[in-house]
Amino acid sequence: MSQAAALDHPLQVEPAESPLTPESWGKLGMWLFLAGDAMSFGALIAGYAALRLGGEHWPVPSTVLGVPFTAVMTFLLICSSVTMVKGLEAIKRNDRAGLRRFLGLTVLGGACFLGMQAREWTHLIGHVMTLTSKGLFGSTFFVLTGFHGFHVFSGVVYLSSILGNADAYSADNHNAVEIAGLYWHFVDLVWILIFTFVYLI
Amino acid sequence: MDTAHESPNYMAIFYWLFGLTVAELAVAYMPIPKPLMVAGLVSLAIAKAALVAMYFMHLKFEVRTLSLIALTPPILLVMFLIITYPDTAFRLFTSH
Repeated sequence: MSQAAALDHPLQVEPAESPLTPESWGKLGMWLFLAGDAMSFGALIAGYAALRLGGEHWPVPSTVLGVPFTAVMTFLLICSSVTMVKGLEAIKRNDRAGLRRFLGLTVLGGACFLGMQAREWTHLIGHVMTLTSKGLFGSTFFVLTGFHGFHVFSGVVYLSSILGNADAYSADNHNAVEIAGLYWHFVDLVWILIFTFVYLI
Repeated sequence: MDTAHESPNYMAIFYWLFGLTVAELAVAYMPIPKPLMVAGLVSLAIAKAALVAMYFMHLKFEVRTLSLIALTPPILLVMFLIITYPDTAFRLFTSH
């Protein structure tokens, strides 16, 4: 019955079942996915901490890694989070051109981040360390930043698909933009932690 | 549930995130004891992560269910760290 009603209006958001359910199932789904994804990062970070604390001869990261360079990467990702919320704000006002502009900037920020990470990795692998040449320092570094970089790459693809579909969105229908934004901010949030734990500490 | 809540000042959040990042860099290069530096950096990182989650991801304005979902992984992460610490500490103390 309620299922049939939902099929009649496929674009409508189903009403919440209780005051504790968010107004959009898609949003709830994304949050549950992000919680699971956060567990992957949590396990990697906990593993990193255990290996680093128990390991001997752990180099001071700033003597091996380029902290100023990655600080710029951090800044870039924070900026792209801001353009993401600005894009959502724009479509909430029915400003589709604004959505396109800000989403485009967000995708550009993500792509620049990936380019800088590729440059960082190329430099490290060529001159400093490979996956195994510096023991656990290198392998934990490449696994953590690589897993995050893969998330940024997925985010760029995801946001590009939203951008390509921008005509479909309006002030009444921006749920997909908000959900994609959640993913993007999560990727930013995880980088904040990785930048601190892997590069600064 | 309508979305009548006022939109947060995103630029203010941006300036906070930027400022806290500069503070992190300052703490990282400051000549202070390592435990103090780690405590400072972890606090600043948690503050930044909380700002992103609460304002950019709108957790502050959502039903509590989503905050509970979001809090589960960090709580489990802290448990992981507490559970693995005795082993790490044991190895540290026996190796010196």
